[in-house]
Amino acid sequence: MIKSELVQRIAAQNPHRYQRDVENIVNAILGEIIAALSRGDRVELRGFGAFSVKHRPARTGRNPRTGAHVAVERKSVPFFKTGKEMRERLNREG
Amino acid sequence: MAGKTVTRADLCEAVYQKVGLSRTESAMLVELVLKEITDCLERGETVKLSSFGSFIVRKKGQRIGRNPKTGKEVPISPRRVMVFKPSAILKQRINPGLDGGHKA
Repeated sequence: MIKSELVQRIAAQNPHRYQRDVENIVNAILGEIIAALSRGDRVELRGFGAFSVKHRPARTGRNPRTGAHVAVERKSVPFFKTGKEMRERLNREG
Repeated sequence: MAGKTVTRADLCEAVYQKVGLSRTESAMLVELVLKEITDCLERGETVKLSSFGSFIVRKKGQRIGRNPKTGKEVPISPRRVMVFKPSAILKQRINPGLDGGHKA
């Protein structure tokens, strides 16, 4: 499923609403998650999962082809941990 | 550093502020968005949200794990796990200083 399909499915369940509005709603949600992570905040959605930011220190890496040392800057990466209910739902019948 | 935790209530507030629905409707729609994504993943389908990232369901075969406390070997049953692959845009937003997105 891609974003436009998600919007269509939600619009189908809310016939009184313009599809454009549904699109804005989906974008507002995703935008808020991105904004929170870029502030370094955590986003916790019970039953779904939690987004957080992990910080990776600077390190010396290697170019795997040439073996040359390269400096890798410190960086932050987004991280998602699946929620308990989601994990259970993925493994219901097994 | 990371101080605050953002929850459903904050997402509802964002929808309320930006789209101008009532608070009740905003809450209902936030829930519906999460439900649709969850249902899709439960069916084993990938969910791709452009400029945000993708949620992918992976199947894991059985493997041998170890109880870290006792050191005993225990079989880990086959299972499905979900992974989030952040988009290049999201990664870049989190690293404002860097030139960002060397790779996808």
